[in-house]
Amino acid sequence: MNTTPASSVEMKDVHLAFGEKEILSGINLSVPQKARLVILGQSGGGKSTLLRLILGILRPTKGEVTFKGLTVSRMSRLRLNRMRQKIGMVYQYSALISSLSVRDNLALPLEELTRKSRDEIDQLVDEKLELVGMADARDKMPAELSGGMRKRIGLARGIIMDPELILYDEPSAGLDPVISSVINELIISLSEKIGATSIIVTHEMDSAFKVATHMAMLYQGTIIAADTPERFKNSDNPVVAQFIAGETEGPILQAPQKT
Amino acid sequence: MQRSPSPIRTTLQHLSSVVWLLVDTGKEMGDRMMRGRLPFRFSIFFEQTDRTGVGSIALISLVSFFIGLTMALLTGYQLQTFGQERLVPGLVGISFTRELGPLMTGIMIAARIGAAYTAELGTMTVSEEVEAIEAMGIGPLRFLVGPRVLAVFFLLPCLVVVSNFTAMSGAALISRWAFDIPFTRFIDTALDSMLIRDIIAGTIKSFLFGLIIGLVSCYKGLTVKGGAAGVGNATTSSVVTAITTVIGFDTLCNIVLVALFDT
Repeated sequence: MNTTPASSVEMKDVHLAFGEKEILSGINLSVPQKARLVILGQSGGGKSTLLRLILGILRPTKGEVTFKGLTVSRMSRLRLNRMRQKIGMVYQYSALISSLSVRDNLALPLEELTRKSRDEIDQLVDEKLELVGMADARDKMPAELSGGMRKRIGLARGIIMDPELILYDEPSAGLDPVISSVINELIISLSEKIGATSIIVTHEMDSAFKVATHMAMLYQGTIIAADTPERFKNSDNPVVAQFIAGETEGPILQAPQKT
Repeated sequence: MQRSPSPIRTTLQHLSSVVWLLVDTGKEMGDRMMRGRLPFRFSIFFEQTDRTGVGSIALISLVSFFIGLTMALLTGYQLQTFGQERLVPGLVGISFTRELGPLMTGIMIAARIGAAYTAELGTMTVSEEVEAIEAMGIGPLRFLVGPRVLAVFFLLPCLVVVSNFTAMSGAALISRWAFDIPFTRFIDTALDSMLIRDIIAGTIKSFLFGLIIGLVSCYKGLTVKGGAAGVGNATTSSVVTAITTVIGFDTLCNIVLVALFDT
């Protein structure tokens, strides 16, 4: 994927290490506006870490992360908080606030970050719950919901502020095929409805090819391939080909794991 | 082989992190107020003050009452040997207003409230709730840490007053029964012996202990690693660290006060 001036997110030579353990070693990535970029990679390979770098929750040990031209990796805590209001994050395990009801979970960013009235907030909450098909769960507590329901509520919370960028961390992991398809359709429809850029981290191939407009493969701390889903499917890169086919024979299991 | 950092270096790192926690929490609340908004949800603040203050009154009262009573009884018997049991009210009064009231209350609040704060924030940290709040741009420090630290900061001195009062009550009761000191004489002698300086010193210490307990417990909660076991370890560590720090600062305050006022 080439760098374009219309990029929403850019990563330039991003390195990240925890102590002596290097997680990312020279990531270069550019995400065009309104794209749905799927980042593929092995479990524990640093995919979720990439999302945390974009949010500024982690800072790279070297390199630069930019969002809409602003360098995230050099922002102060207060500026980061303002930038994050334009980004929605959907967590793998939903990360709903367990002490708050579904309504309060969704209303939290609106109450804390906007000056909207209670009626306006309630209207927005109902609207987003309707969008994810969870209007009935409004007054429930997170503990009363199933994994799939929580995920949809997490998704609704992620888009409650109408973000310009939505980050999805394993959105369909651990869900049954039907709910997984519902989530995939939601990702596509949300991206089309609100025109947001989406970055989806997953290792589920079915979901990946359904939602992606762009794809990238993270392997051993670097992006080894970035292309359209069609080209990805026919990639002659042995790592990409093995990962997509899910075969045991190939370079992935043979290569020494990074420590 | 990787060398583990020295304990002094680790302690200094934690200390600087706690200071930065205070600074960043202040900055987040200040930024919020500059934009004409409340620094945090007052409902959370009042919930925490209720939990810290009202919820701790029974424990503080009971423990202080028994300590006051025991202290008066044991010192009274020793002083009785020299015919000086009349000194008991002053002894208990000074000990509690200046030293034991803030210290005992600090230890009890570190165990009761500090542990609760760490466990609560620790559980939120391991379930990514704190990160989700941060990712939304809400600012977890002002939202979660601010109301908790301020609640324990403002409520600890109030609880010290309760502690002093109940300890004196226990001491007065046992003095009446064991040493024939009437209540009115007990109160008069105790008030005559106490100095404003002691009360001020005790109050300043109470605010300081409240701040220490709030910051240490929130810091330990926000830095939890490793799931349920991590939360358990952090809670234990929080209580131990808060109590040790409170006692350490108490000693430091006493040294400074003695050096300044020569008593």
